[in-house]
Amino acid sequence: MDDQPAIWAEGLTKRFGHVRALDGVDLELATGRLLGLLGPNGAGKTTAVRILTTLLRPDAGHARVAGFDLRKERDLVRRHVGLSGQFAAVDSYLSGRENLVMVGRLTGMTRRAAHARADELLGRFGLGEVAGRQARTYSGGMRRRLDLAASVVGAPPVLFLDEPTTGLDPHGRLELWAQLEELTGQGTSVLLTTQYLEEADRLAHDIVVIDRGSVIAEGTPEQLKRQLGGDRLELRTTPGPQAQQLANVLASLGSGPPMLDAAAGRLVLPVSDDPSLLPRLVALMADAGLSVSDLSLRRLTLDDVFLALTGRPTTPDRSRDRGVQSDDFAVSPTTKGAR
Amino acid sequence: MTTLVPTTAQRPHPNSFVRDVATITGRNLRRLARVPTLLAFATVQPVMLVILFNYAFGGAIHPPGVARYIDFLLPGLFVVTIGFGSSQTGVAMADDLVNGMIDRFRSLPTTSSAVVVGRMAADAVRNLFVILLMIGVAAAIGFRFHAGTAPAIAAVILAVGTGLAFSALDSWLGLVVAEPEAAGLAGLFPFILLMFTSSILVPISTMPGWLQAFAKVNPVTVFADALRALCLGGPTGVPVFQACAWILALVLLGVAGTALRFRHVGER
Ligand SMILES: Nc1ncnc2c1ncn2[C@@H]1O[C@H](COP(=O)(O)OP(=O)(O)OP(=O)(O)O)[C@@H](O)[C@H]1O
Ligand SMILES: [Mg+2]
Repeated sequence: MDDQPAIWAEGLTKRFGHVRALDGVDLELATGRLLGLLGPNGAGKTTAVRILTTLLRPDAGHARVAGFDLRKERDLVRRHVGLSGQFAAVDSYLSGRENLVMVGRLTGMTRRAAHARADELLGRFGLGEVAGRQARTYSGGMRRRLDLAASVVGAPPVLFLDEPTTGLDPHGRLELWAQLEELTGQGTSVLLTTQYLEEADRLAHDIVVIDRGSVIAEGTPEQLKRQLGGDRLELRTTPGPQAQQLANVLASLGSGPPMLDAAAGRLVLPVSDDPSLLPRLVALMADAGLSVSDLSLRRLTLDDVFLALTGRPTTPDRSRDRGVQSDDFAVSPTTKGAR
Repeated sequence: MTTLVPTTAQRPHPNSFVRDVATITGRNLRRLARVPTLLAFATVQPVMLVILFNYAFGGAIHPPGVARYIDFLLPGLFVVTIGFGSSQTGVAMADDLVNGMIDRFRSLPTTSSAVVVGRMAADAVRNLFVILLMIGVAAAIGFRFHAGTAPAIAAVILAVGTGLAFSALDSWLGLVVAEPEAAGLAGLFPFILLMFTSSILVPISTMPGWLQAFAKVNPVTVFADALRALCLGGPTGVPVFQACAWILALVLLGVAGTALRFRHVGER
């Protein structure tokens, strides 16, 4: 385990009917590191997680998880991974404690060890006060935390978390981030999927961006940001020729080519962190006699990554009417698909 | 100080099949006591069936060689309540699938047949309770065992055994149908069909000839006749042997089907 990567996968492919959910994905995660798997809806994140946790068989490709062959050593893989899926998998009619004790017992713990571990994790995940209540009385965030606790009951060396912060409030999210940092600090390897670049940036040692079942970018957060240009200056003006004019005038400010949606009057400019940026912007616009209706300077979002990497937004019209200030793009709640 | 990574002393031991089954059985029994529909299926329904069938049909049907209709009816009603109740097994299995519990179990190093065996074990406990409850209610309205204590105990055991066959099959059905409401109906319809074409409610001799032919090979008839022989007296060897053979075959089929399906869940 020590010199083997926690996850090594090559050419993972999975088709559902006509849909190529995964189309030859390679992944590697070194022990004790956190890999952020980033992608829009339908990119194949959940499929990758389900394959790597033995829930789904790949059509093609090979993988080793925690040093064990995914096809030939399923039981050993299961013994060494923890999973918190995209939708919390807890028994609604059992209490939080009963849920965790059950998972502990099914992981092979003695009754005493399972109880001790359950109580410890209930405290750690802020569920101590509701531990005796049936999970159906929990809020969405509480269920999510119970599910996360369940995934670490057996102290798995490799942990898979599928959009773990979805449904958590800002406090719960920060808390989980801290817990993940602690876990990786103690040597646990984590694969985490997310739609939030900010989250991947904050937590991940390595990021893999997938889209339509293929890896479209990978590297450390710094490498990706360097490749894509750090911040984004976003402006709105009258649609039409004026937008084009604005793009021409401001092009010199950008650290990369401006992205213009003339019909929507929306201009996005990659810019580097530079204090003189705004004064120069104002001067350029005054000289050219141009005006804007809205202006914001913000951090890179997944949308920007996609625009830069694929030339299209994450979904065809998602970027159009998006609130310009939003730091993360809006995620519509996914409905539970029949699996 | 507590940590998320426990010390090696806390590291899990290898799983044992028996413990996995016990854990899953315990979980299912808890649900049985807490989920209102499950509780109703295990309490109100059997009592209602005994009373309704007895007073609705009892006046019209006089099976030969039996003093009271309830004596003829009850052994058959064991099979009816177990059959109806087992549709809830399919519902529960589909529910676990939809709610991610099956994925949770599959991601753990738990033996793959422990989930279905744990389901059958919990159902057996429920069925034992249901049968004793029905015997109590029936006794209050005139039912008596006529063949003695040992055959009476054997009847209870055989009824629970019949339940194992239904549970195994309905578990499989639940995983295949993969939708709770549909799974419930998919379990009920075939059973209702088999029930009305069996010796459960009326003697086969009262049916038209073409139906008699089917009713005689209907496993539900086999179960009801074996239970009747144990409750009412008469030759028990052949019917009980036939019933046990059916139970064994159906349990093997259901367990194998469920365990296989369990491994390929989500592939469609
Ligand atoms: N069981 C299934 N049957 C049919 N198609 C499926 C199934 N599971 C996934 N897909 C399809 O495979 C593709 C990838 O799905 P997947 O769930 O892996 O995406 P994702 O990246 O997790 O998306 P999201 O962010 O919405 O969770 C999608 O087009 C999806 O419709
Ligand atoms: Mg997903």
